[in-house]
Amino acid sequence: MSQTASLPIGARFDDDSPPALRVRGYWSSVGYRLRHDPATLFFGLIVLLIVLAAIFAPLLAPFDPYKEGVVLRLKPFGYRGHPLGTDELGRDLLSRLIYGGRSSLLMGLVPVCIATALGGTLGVIGGFAGRRVNAAIMRTMDVFYAFPSVLLAVAISGAMGGGMANGMAALALVFTPAMCRVAETATAQVRSLDFIEAARATGAGMFTIVRYHVLGNVLGPVFIYASSLVSVSILLASGLSFLGLGVKPPTPDWGLMLSTLRQSIYVAPLSCALPGAAIFVTSICFNLVSDGIRSAMDVRL
Amino acid sequence: MLGYIARRILFAIPIAFGVSVVCFSLVYLSPGDPLQTILPSDATAEMVEQIKHAYGLDRPLPVQFLLWLGHVLTGDFGMSIATRRPVILEVTGALSNTFMLTSFAVPLAFTIGYTMGAIAGCFPGRAVDRVVTGAAVVGVSLPNYWLGIVLVIVFAVELMVLPATGMGPKGSAQFSIFRWSDVQYLVLPVVTLSMIPVGIISRTTRAAVAEVLNQDFVTTLRAKGLGEIAVIRHVLKNSAPQVMAVMGLQFGYLMGGSILVETVFTWPGSGFMLSKAIINRDIPVLQGTILFLAMIFVATNLVVDLLQSVIDPRIRRA
Repeated sequence: MSQTASLPIGARFDDDSPPALRVRGYWSSVGYRLRHDPATLFFGLIVLLIVLAAIFAPLLAPFDPYKEGVVLRLKPFGYRGHPLGTDELGRDLLSRLIYGGRSSLLMGLVPVCIATALGGTLGVIGGFAGRRVNAAIMRTMDVFYAFPSVLLAVAISGAMGGGMANGMAALALVFTPAMCRVAETATAQVRSLDFIEAARATGAGMFTIVRYHVLGNVLGPVFIYASSLVSVSILLASGLSFLGLGVKPPTPDWGLMLSTLRQSIYVAPLSCALPGAAIFVTSICFNLVSDGIRSAMDVRL
Repeated sequence: MLGYIARRILFAIPIAFGVSVVCFSLVYLSPGDPLQTILPSDATAEMVEQIKHAYGLDRPLPVQFLLWLGHVLTGDFGMSIATRRPVILEVTGALSNTFMLTSFAVPLAFTIGYTMGAIAGCFPGRAVDRVVTGAAVVGVSLPNYWLGIVLVIVFAVELMVLPATGMGPKGSAQFSIFRWSDVQYLVLPVVTLSMIPVGIISRTTRAAVAEVLNQDFVTTLRAKGLGEIAVIRHVLKNSAPQVMAVMGLQFGYLMGGSILVETVFTWPGSGFMLSKAIINRDIPVLQGTILFLAMIFVATNLVVDLLQSVIDPRIRRA
């Protein structure tokens, strides 16, 4: 590889110390590229703000998100100190949007974490173990692959009777097969490489090889894939709540708010569009951050 | 060629079997006894046993599964608890409505997505590429159920040029795609449904076109003095199989994934029926619809694979 080809993407020759001459570790160079990617930093900042707003909701929300008011139903923006007006039960819309981030983000992130742990483990086992184990795991995954993701999520959470926990379990099950495939492919690629053979020759046991030589090479692709799933998961989770299969009322949640405010579409069209805008902004920011991470980590193209 | 087709079909059979196992076990995921919905609340223990026997619920699970599978294969999906009609009639009626939506949405998404992606792929890194890439990210990040609501707000509530929901006063039985008074009900759901595939197809096309443009034969074509338009024609031809595969898959996804959009527009398709079945806890309809949609998805994948092998002989040898 020539020297210019090893230049980090976006690096210039007139930097005070030419990056090409510096020796960087893998993670340090990923960090370097991320720091020099203004778009990813910007969208990452928005994601951070959304997450912080959800965590510190009690401090930020101007009103109690559960407090109803009969005379305050569906009031417009700025009505008596309610910056975004009120919803169909007279609850402050801004407060509910801030609180709604909690369940929406939770339902978006938890299934991805479960699927990463479960699918990743199964994939590494399948990729590293022999043919029979691999076939057993991967063929089972193929069955779940044969459902469109929305349908599988709706089918499982619908049969289990809805609710936040069931919804998260259903989404985790939807993402596990794809995650398993990513981990299995990465493991199978590493398995046949010489350094694994060398480790085995030095007397390393299977656990040691997986721990020190396989995982390091599998975590990268798995992490990149997991980060791209977050946006999908948020969309699907809000979709489940929208259908009445996720978060139950009166808990504030963007998907649920969208479905209840939809009844008032002719009275307060603008308020009705707000929760969906929150879902959209969160989802697109996670998507763009994930794209940035992917291009920062993809050195071995 | 025949060998490949046979192998691919054989491979689909265990998948279809697995899918039916999953659909069968859906009943056992649901809280409570599956009998609860049929039994009167004051049923005696003796009566419960009798009904259990009549429905075969006292047999071991694998036997129950095989019995169920036998019924399903002969087209008997049981009765809907809500409407007391055979599930098969309900499902096929709703499926034809969903099919109407997807058969408009997929070509629309393909036309827009392919044009956008091809233009972006021909000018990688240029402004037009950035715009298309950005639009594609928006397309895949948009909650389509929200987009549907926004479109209703704009075109039905504010401008009042298109109907908000439903299939029109005449219902699905007399719906004609050749009458504007009927077709206007299709416009908003079709546009909403095509949003995600537009994003995905334009992304795929862009990547495929950009990749083909980098291949050596393009340099050869240019070196022998071929005009740029003719070069592009070669490039588009070579990128077609990949794009077609994605389009085929999108058809399957839309058939199975239209539940959110159909709920927004109360379009009487399979997805809307599914969400009604969930609310009514109508398990036979839920099970039947999901089985049908999943099988359509399996069949679409199969057809896509076979078509691809016809177009691109390299796949057959792999």
